[in-house]
Amino acid sequence: MDITSGPYGRDRKAARWRELFSAPLAMEAVKQSFVMLRPDIQWQNPVMFVVEVGAVLTLAFIVRALLVGAAAFSVSYFVALDIWLWLTVLFANFATAFAEARGRAQAAVLRSTRVSTPALRLRADGGTERVTSIELQPGDQVLVTAGEVIPGDGEVIDGVASVDESAITGESAPVIREAGGDRSGVTGGTTVLSDRIRVRIVAGFGESFLDRMIALVEGAVRQRTPNEIALTLVLTAFSLIFLIVVVPLWPMAYNAEQYMTSYLGLSTPLTSLGTDVPTLVALLVCLIPTTIGALLAAIGIAGMDRALRANIIAKSGRAVETAGDIDTVLLDKTGTITLGARRASAFLPLAGVPVRDLQVAAALASAGDRTPEGQSIVTAALAAGTPAAQIAAAPGAEVIEFSAQTRMSGVDLPDGTPIRKGAPDAIVDYLRQRGASVPGGIEGLIAEAAAGGATPLLVSHGNRVLGVVVLQDTLKPNIEGRIALLRRMGLRTIMITGDNRLTAATIAKRVGVDDFLSEATPEAKLRFLRAEQSAGKLVAMMGDGTNDAPALAQADVGLAMNSGTQAAKEAGNMVDLDSDPTKLIEVVEIGKQLLMTRGALTTFSIANDVAKYFAIVPALFAGTLPWLKAIDIMHLHSPTSAILSAVIFNALIIPLLIPVALKGVRYRPLGADALLRRNLLVWGLGGVIVPFIGIKLIDVVMVALHLVA
Amino acid sequence: MTWQGCAQIAVFAALIVAVIVPLGGYIARIVEGQAPIWRPLAAVERGIFRLAGIDPATEQGWPQYALALLMFHLAGILVLYGLQRLQNLLPFNPQGMDAVSPDLALNTAVSFATNTSWQSYAGETTLSYLSQMAGITVQSFLSCATGVAVAVALVRGIARRSAPTIGNFWVDLTRITLYVLLPVCIVAGLFLVWRGVPQTLGGYVDATTIEGAHQVLARGPVASQEAIKLLSGDGGGFFNANSAHPFENPTALAGMIEMLLIFLIGVALTYTFGRMVGDRRQGWALFAVMALLFAAGVAVVYPSEAARNRSFAAFDIDQLAGPLQAGGNMEGKEVRFGVAQSSLFATVSTASSDGAVDSMHDSYRPLSGLVMLANMMLDEVIVGGPGSGLFGLLLFVLVAVFAAGLMTGRTPEYLGKKIEGNEVKMAMLALLVPPALILCLSAVASVVPAGLAGLGNAGPHGFSEILYAYTSAAATNGSAFAGLNANTLFYNLTLAAAMFAGRFLVIVPVLCIAGTLAEKRRVPVSAGTLPTHGLQFIVLLAGTVLIVGGLTFFPALALGPVAEHLAMQAGTAY
Repeated sequence: MDITSGPYGRDRKAARWRELFSAPLAMEAVKQSFVMLRPDIQWQNPVMFVVEVGAVLTLAFIVRALLVGAAAFSVSYFVALDIWLWLTVLFANFATAFAEARGRAQAAVLRSTRVSTPALRLRADGGTERVTSIELQPGDQVLVTAGEVIPGDGEVIDGVASVDESAITGESAPVIREAGGDRSGVTGGTTVLSDRIRVRIVAGFGESFLDRMIALVEGAVRQRTPNEIALTLVLTAFSLIFLIVVVPLWPMAYNAEQYMTSYLGLSTPLTSLGTDVPTLVALLVCLIPTTIGALLAAIGIAGMDRALRANIIAKSGRAVETAGDIDTVLLDKTGTITLGARRASAFLPLAGVPVRDLQVAAALASAGDRTPEGQSIVTAALAAGTPAAQIAAAPGAEVIEFSAQTRMSGVDLPDGTPIRKGAPDAIVDYLRQRGASVPGGIEGLIAEAAAGGATPLLVSHGNRVLGVVVLQDTLKPNIEGRIALLRRMGLRTIMITGDNRLTAATIAKRVGVDDFLSEATPEAKLRFLRAEQSAGKLVAMMGDGTNDAPALAQADVGLAMNSGTQAAKEAGNMVDLDSDPTKLIEVVEIGKQLLMTRGALTTFSIANDVAKYFAIVPALFAGTLPWLKAIDIMHLHSPTSAILSAVIFNALIIPLLIPVALKGVRYRPLGADALLRRNLLVWGLGGVIVPFIGIKLIDVVMVALHLVA
Repeated sequence: MTWQGCAQIAVFAALIVAVIVPLGGYIARIVEGQAPIWRPLAAVERGIFRLAGIDPATEQGWPQYALALLMFHLAGILVLYGLQRLQNLLPFNPQGMDAVSPDLALNTAVSFATNTSWQSYAGETTLSYLSQMAGITVQSFLSCATGVAVAVALVRGIARRSAPTIGNFWVDLTRITLYVLLPVCIVAGLFLVWRGVPQTLGGYVDATTIEGAHQVLARGPVASQEAIKLLSGDGGGFFNANSAHPFENPTALAGMIEMLLIFLIGVALTYTFGRMVGDRRQGWALFAVMALLFAAGVAVVYPSEAARNRSFAAFDIDQLAGPLQAGGNMEGKEVRFGVAQSSLFATVSTASSDGAVDSMHDSYRPLSGLVMLANMMLDEVIVGGPGSGLFGLLLFVLVAVFAAGLMTGRTPEYLGKKIEGNEVKMAMLALLVPPALILCLSAVASVVPAGLAGLGNAGPHGFSEILYAYTSAAATNGSAFAGLNANTLFYNLTLAAAMFAGRFLVIVPVLCIAGTLAEKRRVPVSAGTLPTHGLQFIVLLAGTVLIVGGLTFFPALALGPVAEHLAMQAGTAY
């Protein structure tokens, strides 16, 4: 199964991807690469800073050679060496600059939707006034009519409309945004297609949540993640180790020159490249992990960028990285596992209750339930032939709205008789509180509905239970495959549902989740999440409603739907512009890819050193210890060509690996052991072998072109 | 190579495998305070604690643990220094040894307090019996117990969850000494006495040899020192000739048991580790890495020593083993041990941090010298010293796990503990110290006149001698390549510095890692967790050790043993 495919606009993304590789971007990056040579900027990348210092030092030796005359080796060798050292730094800077430029371009695409637009603001006196979106303040209310652009991020407080969000999601199908409920969030720059809505603006122009996130992507506020810091430490330590290896080589090589001179009884002292400072600089540059050092920043930026391309905006790089570590995923049943369009499919009255009574009571009780399920009960009752007049709420009746805490809705008739409809346990509790008894036959009905994976709702009239309304939901196409994929990635999947145990168990079994939490209230969800976390697990969840906000904030990765409420978006640490609940798979994948790309290139970088040693060490001591030539299994042309070949390979590998850094090493859900084996073979063993071939090739080409003596 | 030689190596391997479980389990129970203790010994423990005012129930965080350890060993250095400087005034000095010179006394004091036992002196002509017994032998016990204590503290750090402490240094030190080291040493000491090792306070003996010449036979309380010399991973012999001396190592059987003693605690601790972290397979995986690298070393040294010397090819010389000769390279080897046991002993001694020698390493072929150097340069993780081998290998585990974690797309973790910035920083620091000391000091010694003055050989071999000396010191091994006269002010001081830094600048970061790991929660195992007990991890870990060590030391080795070997292949010798 292709795990990168999703229901969001792929073709459009492909086009966007192509345009991001454009020449202007590259030109901008080239310019930036030179700017980044400034020591105070270069310093931020310790590994490449070492290379820059080495390049400057070599430059000093060239000047000295020109002034006082060259030492044992030709000036052209020094010049060639220095050019490639500078190129190494520039290639590294280019990688970072290019990734940054792409991030900026990506962000600009989003930002382009956020230009100033006209807005119709409601005045305090009830009138309206024409303003521009720049003038809007949080708390202002605006009217948006079909065909108009929503002037800022906000919440629908009145009305319902279909909205074209393709400007930010790339998805052309319009979505419904309506007041109340969990689909009230609208984004500035999207277009209302039908109807008219009143929107309360929640953020000033340029300060909205989305704006802040775009700024993050642009790299303006990019912070290094804990893993990046740890890796930088490792790379710095390796640089230090190699500094410790290379610096003492000078006296050691000098010692060898001395004793070989006296051993051979020569009158003029022997010299070797081992005491030549530019050559030792070249050795140091070859050994320190320049490949990963050059690409580290680019990998991080590309990770954020990949997330963005999947239409996910992460609040921080840290959130993306954490996603790779997730142990447990909480999946809302409704909307994630099922289509979320639950429809009343049957009315099961208790023995002795006429089915018509049940239908009427259920429809009356649903007046206070504006969820699609609630409305479907009314529709079903009408379809079953219930006269519309019977279910119109009588004047004076008090409507009890549905809430996620009570998990029931209803109506108190003018005479005070309460009619309730809701989750079985909620209704049972409610009746018990009223001192009423619950008839015995009810469990059988509930079990009957639940065993089929449907959701039973109880309906009560006064202190009497009338029966059960069966809500049937449809599983999302291929949801089993997506869940199996999550499990193969090593994640524990937990289905969260307000359904009773039996229904939950039936669906859980059908789709293959590891566990489920049934009859869940927002509080229960939060408790469950905290329990998982205190066991040391990292938990990811998706949510859209205000109810979800505490859990979203508590979760290690909280992915909020863009269609959701503002509270949910503020609480989470990522927002999915497509509002696609199965998007977590992509998020986890991007997180893992990010770490893997770093690991692969680090391994590759260090593994490269083996071949470089085989090229450089014999060359260093060719003048003093000719026997070491036996180590030179590549049979390189000459000591200087060996060293130049190694340096050139070291520099060229950086731009060659930029695509890998930007695209990321592909993640496969194979399990840690198999994944490690695969990557060790490709990047570890490959890292040992490739430079042998590369260095030899460069040597052959240089000899063929008569570039080396 | 002979079948007897191979059989001998196989017997040694079998003995090692046999002791792991019983001893490792015993150590685990001791340090966890679970083992039933013989009452009189328990009373001794209580007496010590009461006398020193230690509450065995109070545990320490890592800074306190490290501080106690450092203070204790600084005091130890002071005492040993004082003993040597004043030995001419103190009792038990039948030979009337003079006070030891300040630089040599300092070098020796640091050497034994750091479990190195680099010996710039010759024991039988320098130290009084009191200095040997109360000085050298006592420090051997204590430095060994410290090594084990640090390893145990690190294991506790891994095993515990959300704990602020890693144990009590004083309690660990006391229990390891009393219940592990003393009993083993008493048994081993008696065994050696049976094989002919002297144990006396009487003075040296004047003897007339068969040829009528007069000879002074040095003796003394040898067996008691010999047992802990081997068990502690210390390796400082009573005599200058170390385990090549017939009074230290009289027979091939004694030699076999001495090698076993050297490896005993080092290998057993891998099992202790597995037991303490609650997954014995983890311990076996570490043992497998040690065994793999050790076997590779033996597989180079023994054939290289048993082989014919190419330089003699032109002459009609029988160089093969036969009924009348050992064959191969017998230079610097004792006839009673032969090529096989000497090769094994040299590998055991350098792989562990013991440094006892039953033959002269200087006289080995370059390739064997390369293996010995590499054994020490790999930070002594191939069994290593008691404790230091385990914590050294665990440092490499952190590096391997970090790389592996990244490559599998997960924040690295080991046995449920997330490996983050601080652990990585400390591990890299601890792994950086020995190479820095070895390479920088070798570089200085190979150009300054004071360094070159001590050389016994020129050319790559001379460089190998310098490199070996600093490697031995920084890796707290203590074996000598010989050939280098190290009893000079320059070598005494630089080697003392290398030993001190090589020991404590590694131990302190290790304890810091123990402390921060102990504080962490334990992450449960999931399908995404990388198994750290399988073949793949064993290969990865061994590879990490070899690659990190190889990349660090390849140029230096190329200038020394590699150049010498290739030159010898080409017919040039120095």
